[in-house]
Amino acid sequence: MPSLKDLKNRIGSVKSTRKITKAMQMVAAAKLRRAQEAAEAARPYAERMNSVMAGLAASVGNSDGAPRLLAGTGEDRVHMLVVMTAERGLCGGFNSTIVRLARARIAALKAEGKTVKVLTVGKKGREQLKRDYSDLLVGHVDLSGVKRMGYDNAQSIAKDLLKRFDTGEFDVATIFYNRFVSVISQVPTAHQVIPAKFEPKKGAEAGLSTVYEYEPSEEEILADLLPRGVATQIFTALLENGASEQGARMSAMDSATRNAGEMIDRLTIEYNRSRQAAITKELIEIISGAEAL
Amino acid sequence: MATMQFNLVSPERMLASMEVTAVEVPGAEGDLEVMPGHEPVITTLRPGVLRAHGAGSKKSFLVTGGFAQISGDEISVLAERAVPIEEATGTIIDEMLEEAKSLADAALPEDKDAAHKLMNDVESLRGTMAI
Repeated sequence: MPSLKDLKNRIGSVKSTRKITKAMQMVAAAKLRRAQEAAEAARPYAERMNSVMAGLAASVGNSDGAPRLLAGTGEDRVHMLVVMTAERGLCGGFNSTIVRLARARIAALKAEGKTVKVLTVGKKGREQLKRDYSDLLVGHVDLSGVKRMGYDNAQSIAKDLLKRFDTGEFDVATIFYNRFVSVISQVPTAHQVIPAKFEPKKGAEAGLSTVYEYEPSEEEILADLLPRGVATQIFTALLENGASEQGARMSAMDSATRNAGEMIDRLTIEYNRSRQAAITKELIEIISGAEAL
Repeated sequence: MATMQFNLVSPERMLASMEVTAVEVPGAEGDLEVMPGHEPVITTLRPGVLRAHGAGSKKSFLVTGGFAQISGDEISVLAERAVPIEEATGTIIDEMLEEAKSLADAALPEDKDAAHKLMNDVESLRGTMAI
């Protein structure tokens, strides 16, 4: 049975925890709005980029001169997994869901006898993957100093990835991130970036139904655009991930705040009960003392 | 006077979306001026100045890397980097030049020409800006 003082201290500490989680929730909400705006603002570029590239890829894709970024190396032996997680924790299952998806993929690829390499973005994913797969980690991108995710960050990751591809380090690259659906729902997603894959276009009239002339040739434009496409996809993933992280943190902190509230209520009841019990006990002692006289 | 929809998009945000009567685009194989009813063209960009002429207003942007998608009544320019000309300073051009130089150094022999052309384009941009 904890003493009254212990209970009081406990209540005090849970109260200050609640204050902290509440503050974190509000910070996450503000950051979420900004992250969502950034993701929103980046959408037109990514959409147009994809529609143009999909059109080009469809017409150039099957010829022999197709760029390696589109056609691939012709092999499917070495897989590069780019696992994007957060730099910080306290965001519910955000990091774990991505890592779980990546782990499942690693296990599946290994079972098929493929070589797997892992490039991590964000500290948390690295920490989790290092435990089991430290021999697979080939690189790490540290974004802890980045306040606002910019295109530059995506570009430098893409550059690194493309350099590794050019030197033949891998055949297939897949990025792992959390797609932002809503504050309470983030979907861990795996997306293949090299060789580039395009979703079949919804409604041909949307983009390239008109026959375009190309300047310079289609092949040259495609060769110019594909590396940019990789950067764009990474940028989109980074932004989605950013919004998801804040969303996950917000809902995690919301339930933490609620839990702390419930705990305070419970502790307060316990505190009052034991206070009453102590008073009653004292009274009984006094009365029975008086009766004994 | 006929107008067309002009969109300038960078990866981070939409920079401009307006009705225009003509747009000067620094295409990879030469400048072109796009007016309403232009034939559908997709062209890559070289570093240069993009000028959009609207009704009574004119907006200029410094653009690098990307492409323009032109159809009869719409022109969309997707630039990896785009800066309104008023905000463009020597430092931005220096940065671009630095980038072009590092590209040229890293380029494979068969790409050297393209990389040097990029450097020249950026250099000449400085001249254009000074005017």
